[in-house]
Amino acid sequence: MSQHSVEQVEVAPGEVVTQHLVEVPMSPSRRIGIGAAIVVIGLIAAVLLGKSAGSSSTRFDLNGSGADLTVPTFSVPGTGLIIACGVVIIALGVVQIVRGFGKRALRYVGIAVALLFIVAFLTWAGTEGKQSVQVGSLLQQTLFLATPLILGSMAGLMCEKTGVINVAIEGQMLFGAFAGALFGTIASNWLGLLAAVIIGGLAGALLAVFAIKFTVNQVILGVVINAFALGLTGYLYDAVMANDATSTNQPAVFNPIKIPLLGDIPVVGSLLFNQTIITYLMYVIVIVIDVMLLRSRWGLRTRAVGEHPKAADTVGINVLRLRYRNVILGGCIAGLAGAALTIGSVGQFNKNMTSGQGFIALAALIFGRWTPRGALGASIFFGFASALQTALSLLATPVKIDSNLLQMLPYLATIFAVAGLVGRVRAPAADGEPYVKG
Amino acid sequence: MSTGGDGPDLSKREPKAEETAEQSAVQGDTELKRAESGDDRTRETITQILRSDHPAVVTVLAVICAMIVGAILIIASDGPTRDAMKYFTAAPADTFNAAGWAVRDAYLAIFQGAIYNPNAGQKLAPISETLVYATPLILAGLSVTLAFRAGLFNIGAQGQILMSAALAGYIGFAWDLPAGIHIVVAIIGGIIGGAIWAALAGVLKAKTGAHEVITTIMLNYIAVFFVNFLLTESWFQAPPFSQAVSRTVDGNAQFWHLFGSDLRVNFSFVLAVLATAFVWWLLKYGTFGFRVRAVGANQDAARTAGMSVSSTYIWVMVVVGALAGLAGVSQILGSANNYQVTASVDGGVGFTAITVALLGRGTAWGTFWAGLLFGALTAGSGQLQASTSTPPDLVQVLQALVVIFIAAPGLIRLIFRLRRSSAGGSAVLAKGWNG
Repeated sequence: MSQHSVEQVEVAPGEVVTQHLVEVPMSPSRRIGIGAAIVVIGLIAAVLLGKSAGSSSTRFDLNGSGADLTVPTFSVPGTGLIIACGVVIIALGVVQIVRGFGKRALRYVGIAVALLFIVAFLTWAGTEGKQSVQVGSLLQQTLFLATPLILGSMAGLMCEKTGVINVAIEGQMLFGAFAGALFGTIASNWLGLLAAVIIGGLAGALLAVFAIKFTVNQVILGVVINAFALGLTGYLYDAVMANDATSTNQPAVFNPIKIPLLGDIPVVGSLLFNQTIITYLMYVIVIVIDVMLLRSRWGLRTRAVGEHPKAADTVGINVLRLRYRNVILGGCIAGLAGAALTIGSVGQFNKNMTSGQGFIALAALIFGRWTPRGALGASIFFGFASALQTALSLLATPVKIDSNLLQMLPYLATIFAVAGLVGRVRAPAADGEPYVKG
Repeated sequence: MSTGGDGPDLSKREPKAEETAEQSAVQGDTELKRAESGDDRTRETITQILRSDHPAVVTVLAVICAMIVGAILIIASDGPTRDAMKYFTAAPADTFNAAGWAVRDAYLAIFQGAIYNPNAGQKLAPISETLVYATPLILAGLSVTLAFRAGLFNIGAQGQILMSAALAGYIGFAWDLPAGIHIVVAIIGGIIGGAIWAALAGVLKAKTGAHEVITTIMLNYIAVFFVNFLLTESWFQAPPFSQAVSRTVDGNAQFWHLFGSDLRVNFSFVLAVLATAFVWWLLKYGTFGFRVRAVGANQDAARTAGMSVSSTYIWVMVVVGALAGLAGVSQILGSANNYQVTASVDGGVGFTAITVALLGRGTAWGTFWAGLLFGALTAGSGQLQASTSTPPDLVQVLQALVVIFIAAPGLIRLIFRLRRSSAGGSAVLAKGWNG
């Protein structure tokens, strides 16, 4: 039952291309496998969570901190809602087993399953009835933790769409965090922001020169740049910051700016529109990249260079220059991600303060199949997992959940993702291959 | 991430490295013959090598370059030099003097910490420390090297070391076995722990095409959280359960010290030497090693020749994990961590091992010497902290810089105007996510 559809795509202003999309049907074993997995998730929700849930009803508090207009807290019948969610998930799984969803529909089904499971889980967590489940602050925390990840994955996207693997996001973030804290203290936090972006860009330039000019293996290069960043920022921290923290490592942090009108919307307003400048920049960057990648000359060329540099070169695109530009821009974004960790949150810089977030951003990029929206979603998922772990440690859940095991989940999910259990992941075809003319 | 979807590209790209390796071997032979044939010719050949980008030349120059950049860092962070800078126009010599002393002190401290310290009570202590730090670097470096030869990146040595240390440590403190047998069982346990953890990535690569860089990075995190989890369990954590450390490994399962109990160097270094010899033998003479190299050089050709690429991926990861497992064994049963498992029992070795393997240019003995060099630098950083005001992180910068320069022979060629020779070039193949 291969479906054939025709779609008009505007690849560049004025250039409309007709794409014939042929949807290859999924193999029966794969269809049933995915369906069975969904059914298992549903069973976990309905049986395991439903059975172990406490007897109280769950109170939800949707208001985050700092909201002027609030919505009242409300209670839901605990066990009933959990089992309802589980049953819906099982039903979706059964439909998948019996007739299978289309490729695009399956993606939404996946998101729906995840959301339903989260609702069931949060309800379960609150069924002891001692505290209300603070959904508002959970979401605020999610966005806060996801912001550097989103920026980091956008940095990776810029590089990898154009054919340069960026494992050095971690190091670039570390440079950005350091520069943000240092210049944020000795000048102002705005200059700190600028410095973070510039230093991140320089780290990007380092990656670009070695990857593009000297054709060094890019995965290795990334690992080495990370080691270099860790060593250098650690060295400079000891040499500059450790002795004289007040005048070198105490930057003013950015305060949240409330957007008029939008910021007053209950729940959503305080979550999305009462944020620091870095978060707003993140919104802009994600939207711009998402739109530009598919609908601008730059985006078309970037994708062409990332998929088939030789063809791009043949039609007159300067492959190396475009790669340089994108990798350096990516570095700038990674620097901004680093700034989010210092002047965007705690202020101070500490040795190795990125603690692997650059790698998580990379995982989010791959989890999100090298698309801006996918990377955004995956970053939010990772942020949510960390935020949930903090939230659960404050809640008395019916069964104690070990926070370490919970923290493993995003990484396990990523392994499942790249193993193709949620559909095959394919990098840009020329990603990681140096382009040598001739 | 298909294993065979982009065939033409691979076959075009990959034989190059193999060819250059062959050529370099051939050239090495001819140079040897020339060297035997007469003195004049010998001198000429040596000058030729010195002016070309021969690996040894590049390595030495890379170390020198790294030290120069390091010197700049030392001078920039040195207090006396900055003070002298304030009256630079009045007495410029002071600045240079202060800078010179700062650089000399720092590098001397590294030397004293790593090789020989006339002022220390135990004269051999620095060498012993170097060997202690080098042991896990060599073992994990070999693990990364072997993976490189199969065309795989093992970024997961950290996780493999953690899982190995957790299992070997558990056997070490929980099981009650007679002396001699206990340590052997613990070593085997560690090897199995590392091998399984790496094999997971191998199986995922072979069966689903999941890229090992991503899976091994993820497995690293899972291992960290898993060990953290173990450290909250009462059967694993040391009483009184206030700190995140495990119980202490039995005396029966600890490596014996090689040269008396006041020197930390222990039997695990002998294991590292044996493992190096094993990997060297495997890659040179072993049938399995041949399969590894064939798959690494050109998987399509290997498949055509009847080798099973996916089973090679799985088994090479088993061996790779076993080697990293030995590194974990040396960390937990050796003297490096007080014989207790912690979440940082790997000591950052996993990532440094990648740079060690790169410096070793994909050969077993190269990795051995690279591990010794980095072990010496790490040992030197302790003395750097103790006797100078230069931050010990300098060593990490030096290590990264050496590898950056090594990884880009083109840069060294450019700086020193060396001639390109067929012996040069990177030992590691360029591969993207789809490879």
